[in-house]
Amino acid sequence: METVVLTLDQVEVNSEGYLKNVNDWSPELAREIAAKENIQLTEKHFEVLNWLRTKQAEGVQLSIRKIGNSGIVDIKQFYALFPGGPLKVSSKIAGIPKPASCI
Amino acid sequence: MSTIITHVKGAIYLYITNQNNYQMKKIVILGAGMAGTVMTNKLFRILNKDLWEITVVDKDESHYYQPGFLFIPFGIYNPEDVVKPKKEFIPQGVNFILNEVQKVVPENNQVILKGGVILSYDILVVATGTVPVPEETEGLKGDLWYKDIFDFYTYEGTTQLAKKLENWKGGKLVINLAETLIKCPVAPLEFTFLADAYFTEKGIRDKVEIFYVTPLSGAFTKPKATAMLNKLMEEKNINVIPDFYLQRVDNERKVIVSYDEKEVPFDLLVSVPVNKGDQMVEESNLGDEDGLNFIPTDKNTLQSKKYNNMFVIGDATNVPASKAGSVAHFEADILTENILNYINGQPFEGSFDGHANCFIETGYGKATLIDFNYTTEPLPGKFPFAKIGPMDLLKVTRANHMGKLAFKWVYWHLLLTGKKLPVSTNMSMTGKLVETEN
Repeated sequence: METVVLTLDQVEVNSEGYLKNVNDWSPELAREIAAKENIQLTEKHFEVLNWLRTKQAEGVQLSIRKIGNSGIVDIKQFYALFPGGPLKVSSKIAGIPKPASCI
Repeated sequence: MSTIITHVKGAIYLYITNQNNYQMKKIVILGAGMAGTVMTNKLFRILNKDLWEITVVDKDESHYYQPGFLFIPFGIYNPEDVVKPKKEFIPQGVNFILNEVQKVVPENNQVILKGGVILSYDILVVATGTVPVPEETEGLKGDLWYKDIFDFYTYEGTTQLAKKLENWKGGKLVINLAETLIKCPVAPLEFTFLADAYFTEKGIRDKVEIFYVTPLSGAFTKPKATAMLNKLMEEKNINVIPDFYLQRVDNERKVIVSYDEKEVPFDLLVSVPVNKGDQMVEESNLGDEDGLNFIPTDKNTLQSKKYNNMFVIGDATNVPASKAGSVAHFEADILTENILNYINGQPFEGSFDGHANCFIETGYGKATLIDFNYTTEPLPGKFPFAKIGPMDLLKVTRANHMGKLAFKWVYWHLLLTGKKLPVSTNMSMTGKLVETEN
């Protein structure tokens, strides 16, 4: 079966730009979303994105601290890779829902 | 053989024991804070005392009314208003052990106390709560700790801060949350609003600049409550600095620094340090991946995700609900039901919905109120009764403030001893105004 890679104008996103369906994601789509955030994705970015996608699929509640403990990046590096609000930005590029805060 | 009948919530549970081979079963409850005390009282009331022995362990003999800590810095409560001996709230017939838990060994169904005492259990209830740990952040507990840097979630912190505020002449007051996951997430907002009123009433508000510095994207998380609270911040001339994740405190320059090197200077820093679960959770290797010592717990049944005979309640869990007294109180109803189900070998009937109910003091004898759960954000409306209230959700009123003050009496006299309150365990939509989505 041929895999169709969707572009950003072919997928459904919510009002904040998060993918509505995690399965629409592809590395190509990630690059497209990242470009809108002025981020050019490197291998390190993808390591973080893949980790986020795996954890999200496992139902883990994501936090900056958890990523800092992931062994992939520390918190400072995470901020350097995804400036601003790194968890929100990286989640958007990873094609997963905006992390919900529990309060 | 004999049949034992237990009543709970109008239902009748039957279970059978062989009295010829009779042995007392043991429930051990770790922690006699709010959650542990309420569970102790509820379980003591419903379990057959000939069959079940209840033991509670806590290292501290004082019970603190923690919602009262907020009022101490502003002289609204005195320190002695918020403390009573724990044993006053533990029923006679329950073993109360004043000692520190070193670790739990779930594989052996054992708890090891300081000094090597071993308690064995059939059912374990973990209610060891959370504490602020300023040591987690570089420089927070440095030279300026309790000089120009204070916390207010501890008895010591809040009483020290009260002394500081008495003589403080003004400057930059920074309220900072070191983490998103903190106990009573509305308390820092309340502190900020009360500080605004306090300095205004003292006649020095023009000499105090207030900054609310948070790792969240706004004053709160849920959209409707955030919009309402951001507006209040603006009206009260409080500067909100969002998306600030604290990395360190520079004591020499008196600035807080974020992971992305943003800086906020302070003259007086009121910090909400990183919150962690009890050290014994780490010693027992029971915590989740955050490394904050919170225990993986089923968010509906409150059973440990790893051990069937371990249940977790209140701030000690990692369920995605607020770490707040109201949550622990609602959880206690559910958990009591589920522990009975567990004892009787039945499927769990209680399902916790994440219900939280929080007053938010806004200063000048007024407050607002929010009521929400895992899936429903705080909405406007009346509470607890439709149309008549008497309290208003997401509105600043005097009645809400009176509700908050009255709660202290309710807490000491009804809540801790597990008596029924006129608030539903799972969140009710009664009185809430729902807008249809556009």
